Amino acid sequence: MSRLISRRGLLRAGSAAAGSLLLSGCDGVFESPSMRGALDFGQWVSLRVQRLLLSGQPLAREFAVADISPEFPLNGTSMPGGFAYFQMVVSQFASWRLKVDGLVRRPLSLSLDEIKALPARTQITMHNCDEGWTAIGQWTGVQLSHLLEMSELMPNVRYIVFHCLDELERTPDRSGLYYESLDLFDAFHAQTILAYGMNGQPLPVAHGAPLRLRVERQIGYKNAKYVTRIEAVETLAHVGRGKGGFWEDRGYQWYAGL
Amino acid sequence: MAVSEPSQVAGAQAAPPQREVIYRHAVVVRVTHWINVLCLTLLLMSGLRLFNYHPALYWGNYGYRGVPSVVSIGSAIDPDSGKPVGVTRIAGWSFVTTGVLGVSYDSDLADLWDHVRLRVPRGEAARRYNVLQKLAYLAVVFLLLPVMVLSGLTMSPAVTAAVPGLFDLFGGRQSARTIHFLVANLLVLFVLVHVVEVFLAGVVNGMRSMITGRYVIRPQVGP
Repeated sequence: MSRLISRRGLLRAGSAAAGSLLLSGCDGVFESPSMRGALDFGQWVSLRVQRLLLSGQPLAREFAVADISPEFPLNGTSMPGGFAYFQMVVSQFASWRLKVDGLVRRPLSLSLDEIKALPARTQITMHNCDEGWTAIGQWTGVQLSHLLEMSELMPNVRYIVFHCLDELERTPDRSGLYYESLDLFDAFHAQTILAYGMNGQPLPVAHGAPLRLRVERQIGYKNAKYVTRIEAVETLAHVGRGKGGFWEDRGYQWYAGL
Repeated sequence: MAVSEPSQVAGAQAAPPQREVIYRHAVVVRVTHWINVLCLTLLLMSGLRLFNYHPALYWGNYGYRGVPSVVSIGSAIDPDSGKPVGVTRIAGWSFVTTGVLGVSYDSDLADLWDHVRLRVPRGEAARRYNVLQKLAYLAVVFLLLPVMVLSGLTMSPAVTAAVPGLFDLFGGRQSARTIHFLVANLLVLFVLVHVVEVFLAGVVNGMRSMITGRYVIRPQVGP
């Protein structure tokens, strides 16, 4: 029997004793239908309250070059599979196109050079992973609002969907392709950009080359990488499995409320 | 002062004072107490579940695997005694923290046990919470819980966009996360002590007073 109850032991008693007891029951509790209902209600409350707080569309804090973190961890896909993407990398995305379609009056198909010729925004911001880690990087890209104005959204558009090249979950029906969505409030925010540059360099493959989304007031998984198509829709019900994103289809909240 | 009827005292056996029931907890206290139980349990569960994805704490704004963590709690073998000691590393400095909380050995535990047992009040003293208890509750309500809420909000990119001053208050997103974790542990410690005290003072009486509001005062033993 241990003779020591150290400070470590006490702190462990704090987290582990409660933790091991509680954690085992956690998954069950958080996945039960009534708890999901409560969480959905919580999501709605956070969305409403935060939209009120953000009604003036303030910018997320931007940092100085000296604040950029030495590294930027990878999450999700770091190298999309498939020969088509490999060819794009080899050809430096010469044949790659960004499509903007859906409920728009002027569908777009833009090459990387055409996107780089549009007005650019550079921002040094903090990336917030839902796991708890954070990193600071510099992003250069075109504001999403600029592309949406170019493509002339129809009045019934409510959401902007980002379709990606990477398949995070391999399935026969290709339902594991990454995608994400924003409502117009976040889509038209000044810091919501489609970035092709990172820390002064072309966006690396591991970070979503040739184009990735930056949504600075949201958690990491909303920042879709390898964006290839932007679709304007009225409802999310007909995209993917209908919840608005790859992780949302697998149980995450559409608005994390963080 | 006494709420009970003094008529019984007029009886023959005047020596032992009678068991007395007082109304100790107002309905607001009782309802909020159980809401707190529910909230703390659920928040602790979800917080620990999330913490386990990345169980390291940093200072400043960024922090990820590879960045030296500012707080780590581990152990080492003391070269003199050959016994394991608790070591807390803070910003590169290592402190032997065995015994800091005074409960490192069984003998300490025994002292603590006696101390706590002796403190369980009877008679007049059981009518109210003592100074230590009041200080503990004050610290939880006016210090730990506000820090918990504010440091929690500092982890939100949406809230910090609206209230960027939170970064300056805590010294960054990762600092806020570290503080949030440490204060969560303090709250758990508080709950553990609280529950131990409830059991020592009488769990049936304690539960009844927190459900119905009525608390039984046991007669003072001895002079």
